[in-house]
Amino acid sequence: MPDPVRVRDWNAASLTIAFGIATVLAAIVLIAPSIVILITSFTDSASLKFPPSGYSLRWYRALADADQMQTAALNSLIVAIWTTALSVVLGTGAAVAVSRSRGWKARLLDGLFMSPLLLPALAFGFAALIFIYRIGLRPNLPLLVLGHVIVCVPFVIRTTLAALAQLDPALADASLSLGATHAETFRRITLPLIGRGIGAGGFLAFMASFDNVPVSLFLADERTEVLPIHLWQQIETNLDVRTAAASGVIIVATLILMALAERFAGLTSQMR
Amino acid sequence: MQRDSLALAVPLAALFLVAFIAPLCVLLALSLSGDSEFGRFTLQNYVKFFTDRFNYSILIDTLLLGIKSTAVCLVFGYPIAWVAARSSPRVQSLLLFIVVLPIMTSVVVRTFAWIVILGRYGVLNQIVQSLGLTQEPLKLLYSEVGVVIVLAQVQMPLMVLPILTVLSRIDPNLSDASQALGAGAWRTLWRVTLPLSTPGIVAGCILTYAACVTAFVTQSLIGGARLVYMPLHIYQQAVGANNWPFAAALSVIFMIAVLAAVALLNTIAARAHRHA
Repeated sequence: MPDPVRVRDWNAASLTIAFGIATVLAAIVLIAPSIVILITSFTDSASLKFPPSGYSLRWYRALADADQMQTAALNSLIVAIWTTALSVVLGTGAAVAVSRSRGWKARLLDGLFMSPLLLPALAFGFAALIFIYRIGLRPNLPLLVLGHVIVCVPFVIRTTLAALAQLDPALADASLSLGATHAETFRRITLPLIGRGIGAGGFLAFMASFDNVPVSLFLADERTEVLPIHLWQQIETNLDVRTAAASGVIIVATLILMALAERFAGLTSQMR
Repeated sequence: MQRDSLALAVPLAALFLVAFIAPLCVLLALSLSGDSEFGRFTLQNYVKFFTDRFNYSILIDTLLLGIKSTAVCLVFGYPIAWVAARSSPRVQSLLLFIVVLPIMTSVVVRTFAWIVILGRYGVLNQIVQSLGLTQEPLKLLYSEVGVVIVLAQVQMPLMVLPILTVLSRIDPNLSDASQALGAGAWRTLWRVTLPLSTPGIVAGCILTYAACVTAFVTQSLIGGARLVYMPLHIYQQAVGANNWPFAAALSVIFMIAVLAAVALLNTIAARAHRHA
């Protein structure tokens, strides 16, 4: 008869091993694409073979002459900055309001503001284009930004609501009873305490806007072509190695931004 | 102050009214008209969709694609969350960073990387062929298996994060008690931990599912021109065929289908919770 303690040890060990293997496998699959594309971008040949036969910086140098790509990147940056600013201002206000009230109106608004996360963004982009034509306008940069705000603001609201939920209401009450106004209390007590939540949400909104294809596909015209759409079309038509170099730049920039967001806003803990 | 406490939400609510609700209403109106000028009322766009096998099978394929990718996410995502919840803070941060990285990197870049990996002469085929597992290169690019793999990788964080949140809130004494009473680790997982983490699993599945069925870039680049899912179909009808009323009907049908699938998931979860 087997020793029951050893049976239990084996049982526990097998679970840990099974889940450990699944985790390691998943971790490899999760990082592999970023590493493969980074290495490929340093190739010295004109093909996307991995591993490359030799290494050089020629495709990164080629980026300097890629005027269209640079314009698209600049457009994306402008749109993402405006989108983030508007999302942070409007989203923080909305989150504060929704968190204060428990009525049906607040719940309805919360559901409305979150719905762009679940609805197909492409359908919304198309709807926005129809609407813009219907009211006699043509797609332009400000309208593109507003479209991005709709699909990016849920990120700010979600992280801000989570930060507000952890806030002790006694702090604001104390400030008010000591004679501070609501505005002062918000600026000096509430805002500093939920700042990390807002920051994490702003970061997510920035990344979501910079990366958005489905809305930009309908609301961006030739003059406001954005980077992800430019790259998408490059990949669809001809697999250019410059695209790999641009991807390398994006990955490194993402890593740096993520590290900053983790350092200053506790990104991964805010996302839970 | 309490009475007008929703005042701070008014600016965003106004923006949503003008830039979200109004466009969706116009979309609905266009889907019910015969031409792009919002002419005569008709149901022909919807009739065309539901009587044409080519059309409705695209919707079914898309909804099934979501189920397959979500299932893969759950099978790998749950163990990741479980391991992360039991790791030291250092390992936990590292794991979370690895999980979050893909969703932060541009979706176009990620998908591009997968083309290099999955292609006919890609990394995966080199490995498989050098191991002698197959003579012919595997056709992963432009196949549904490829789309499922890439979607699962891309959307994994949406599954892991909600589950991890719930797992780290479960009282560790419960599983200790279960094991002290003689249940093995697997039985404890199945009877104690898994039921307690249902809310996280449901939240993760809903987010992952909605993201997978609507992932236009990944679906169109990995699936290629022959594997058509709803987002690409809408795009082709709107931009390629320039048939706006029909594309509007497709959009309405797709939105309702996604919302219905989410509601269904919620209902199943609520029922499972009551029985537990």
